[in-house]
Amino acid sequence: MALKVVIGLEMHCELKTTSKVFSKSRNTYSDLPNSTVTAIDMAFPGILPIVNKEAVKKAIKMAICLNCEIPDILVFDRKNYYYPDLPKGYQITQSTKPVGINGKIEIEVGDELIPVYIHDIHLEEDTASLDHFFDYSLIDYNRSGVPLLEIVTEPCINSPEAAVAFLEYLRNIYKYTDCSEADTKKGQIRCDVNVSLMEEGATQLGTKVEIKNVNSFSNVQAAILYEIERQTNLINSGRKDEIIQETRRWDDETATTIRMREKVESIDYKYYIDPNIPKFKIDKEWLEEIKNEIPALPLERKNNYINEYGLSNYDAGVIVKTKENSDYFEECINLGIDPKDASNWITTQIMGYLNKHDIEINKFFITPKRLFNILDPLKKGKISSKQAKDLFFKVLEEQEEPETLIKKYGMEQLDNEDELEAIIDSIIVNSPNQVSEYKNGKTNLFDYFVGQTMKETRGKANPVKVKEILTNKLS
Amino acid sequence: MIEKLHEDLLNKKITSGALVKEALNKAKKAQDILNPFVTIIEDAKPVEDIKTLVSGIPYAAKDNLSTAGILSTASSNSLKDYVPFFDATCIKKLKEAGAVNIGKTVMDELGMGGSGTTGHTGIVRNPWDTNRYTAGSSAGSAALVAAGVVPYALGSDTGDSIRKPAAYCGVVGYKPTYGMISRYGLFAFASSLDHVGVLTRSVKDAAIVTDIIKGKDDYDMTSWDSSNINLAKSLDGNVKGKKLFYLKNICDPNNYPDIRPQTRETLDLFKETIKKCQELGIEVVEEVFDQKLLDAIYPIYFTIACAEATSNMSNLTGLIFGPRGKGSTVEEMMFDYRTNNFSPLIKRRFIIGSFVLKRENQKKYLINSAKVRKLIIDKMNELFEKYDGMILPASLEPAPKFDEELPNYLKIEQHLAIGNFGGYPSITIPNGFVNDLPVGINITGKIKDDANVLNIAYAIEQKLGYENLIAKGWE
Repeated sequence: MALKVVIGLEMHCELKTTSKVFSKSRNTYSDLPNSTVTAIDMAFPGILPIVNKEAVKKAIKMAICLNCEIPDILVFDRKNYYYPDLPKGYQITQSTKPVGINGKIEIEVGDELIPVYIHDIHLEEDTASLDHFFDYSLIDYNRSGVPLLEIVTEPCINSPEAAVAFLEYLRNIYKYTDCSEADTKKGQIRCDVNVSLMEEGATQLGTKVEIKNVNSFSNVQAAILYEIERQTNLINSGRKDEIIQETRRWDDETATTIRMREKVESIDYKYYIDPNIPKFKIDKEWLEEIKNEIPALPLERKNNYINEYGLSNYDAGVIVKTKENSDYFEECINLGIDPKDASNWITTQIMGYLNKHDIEINKFFITPKRLFNILDPLKKGKISSKQAKDLFFKVLEEQEEPETLIKKYGMEQLDNEDELEAIIDSIIVNSPNQVSEYKNGKTNLFDYFVGQTMKETRGKANPVKVKEILTNKLS
Repeated sequence: MIEKLHEDLLNKKITSGALVKEALNKAKKAQDILNPFVTIIEDAKPVEDIKTLVSGIPYAAKDNLSTAGILSTASSNSLKDYVPFFDATCIKKLKEAGAVNIGKTVMDELGMGGSGTTGHTGIVRNPWDTNRYTAGSSAGSAALVAAGVVPYALGSDTGDSIRKPAAYCGVVGYKPTYGMISRYGLFAFASSLDHVGVLTRSVKDAAIVTDIIKGKDDYDMTSWDSSNINLAKSLDGNVKGKKLFYLKNICDPNNYPDIRPQTRETLDLFKETIKKCQELGIEVVEEVFDQKLLDAIYPIYFTIACAEATSNMSNLTGLIFGPRGKGSTVEEMMFDYRTNNFSPLIKRRFIIGSFVLKRENQKKYLINSAKVRKLIIDKMNELFEKYDGMILPASLEPAPKFDEELPNYLKIEQHLAIGNFGGYPSITIPNGFVNDLPVGINITGKIKDDANVLNIAYAIEQKLGYENLIAKGWE
């Protein structure tokens, strides 16, 4: 019996803002524990939330990027439950009117474009973080109140690859729009994964199993694969009823999912509208303003690179992988570098160097302007491509301008015909044997003369001109 | 009263030092007999720099207002050792204006109660007759203003918590329009109904103090800018042509089966005052309210207040502040703390709150209560189109005795909560005596029309002559 996997994702991502979502404490990572905390983040009696407009703006931005419907009024709700990482005893979140609903985006999986449907996007506050030790736990309230955006998909993803492609694409959008650093290493992204299996052709979804708090994309993939295997085995051995609606967690050590609790639906969070936050109207002008701030997104850029500039699918894909690379590429083109040349240099020389030395492109010494100053002399035939490569590394080595180094190392190509003729004449005079052998039919000696010329000019001779002159002289 | 003290301070007839000393002496005497204080601030520092009307003058604040460095218990064992590190906005404003806080006053535990007898430090007694209730929850504030300890005290009002004790104690109790005074630092009870307000011995004093503590606050999103309103300056006593209405449902003795003589007398007194209003040139009209809506006030108030309180007070876990509970897990610690530190009355409210917030009950109870609340507000707003305000007896009787059996109509008396439902400005002033005990009348007006409401109250106060009333034996 053929089984189809159905996956739904909930991706939580911390937004990049100056202050927290409902207080004025700083929103920063890697500070001392409990150093970015005010009375509000610890829920001392009498505190009230103040909505951070920057966080709302970024949430709306993401909702626009995912083509969601955006409500005209912003409402926040309380999700009530007791846990030591939740000082108020409720989390301020959105359930009545999330910042975005009914979205849809297309993502690339292999060569295919597949649609992913977004159920909703909601803005909420992160909880404090807990550190558990043998017989005690520590609470760090730095994370308490950090703006968190949760993106919930419909159960519409049908492979672990597509799930990861979607998450990677979202992470990319977060970065492109500067809404988040979206760094899994900093714990800024956490995913809940819903997995169910259904028989091919069936109309009803199978029983859903939720895997909570998966903190890396590779673990998302591993957890899905594990669940597919586990559930398939149960179905194939006639134990389908053992698949129950439950919450599991991914266990790194055993590389399995482990049951946490049954029936998530049984928890009643008693959602209701937070009376401390007046309803906020999202006016059209503000929406328009936010829309205008959104840069071209990766897929749009990629298509553009392929169609306008004739880049290969692969190269275009590599360039749009990060906004920084893509912006670098676009700046190169604006400076007048040929798109294909720019692409070749970025995907080979530059990426190679950056990876090897673990440098980010926006901290790279060879700015688009410097790259232009390397490639322009090449284009004009002033230097050879070998020289251009040498120059590239010399610029990096000496942290000097390309123009300075071209002069310093006398890299200008020798293409003065009179000078070249004089040099070639003397080579011919000094190589009588080779000349006669060449004339007797050993034509592959032509390269010998080219080589001698290059040697004589220390590689500066314009090879095209050299060949022209030699052909004339030796005929 | 405040103006007179201010002049004396300016003219050096008295000093702040002397005023504070006198207030502290009176406070100690009152404490022995009435128990209005949780904390008497023995080392309160006089302020001799007289820059505002309240500079150098002592006052007291309800114990649910956050006072930096001063015990703030909300009269609950759950906060019996809590010393906040920040000031409520209203406290901060008074401090900046040079007012001298001499004590924190007893209230019904966490504001949830209307008797003045449920605070963790014992019952508060009425200065007019120590065997009688003060009403609550701003019990201590009302009692000590009535006993002449200080000219004014801060209170809070969620159902009638300022305005009913004001009536029972023969003082002025005013809660301005919702959001006029910031709630930041007021320990939340029911956020959509909570107001900060004042208890004084004259309408003018209420206006003066409110002028100082009102204003838009960055820490309370529901606060609004009232810088164009000066309440004290609006009191010109000119009320010719003003229109008030009263509700036949409440003021007609025939509506009460087995009516008690003191109810009849209170209503007779009310009618006499209506005549006096007419003498002032105020038109007073009888209106009838849908009895079903009036009957709904008590249950819907209770439903909304309990639901919001349950959520608001989920921060009381004993983990961050308050006496930490015993147990080997955090759950056990929270359980122990919440079991031992709330009175059964509070737990009952939490259970009701939890019940009405439950997913399966919310629509039937909470959402329907919100709908009825809206119907009442709509009806009131409709009436306020035609009238400057509503005038009603603040309570149907003077303060009952502690051991007195009450008729049902008194047990469920909650009509002042209309002011909380709609966030209306609402003020209670003394209206004479029944059996030598004070009774009050209440005037409630439309949103942000505080100046008009206070001016009407001021004119009536002048006509009735109960300004600066101090309880017998406390003069």
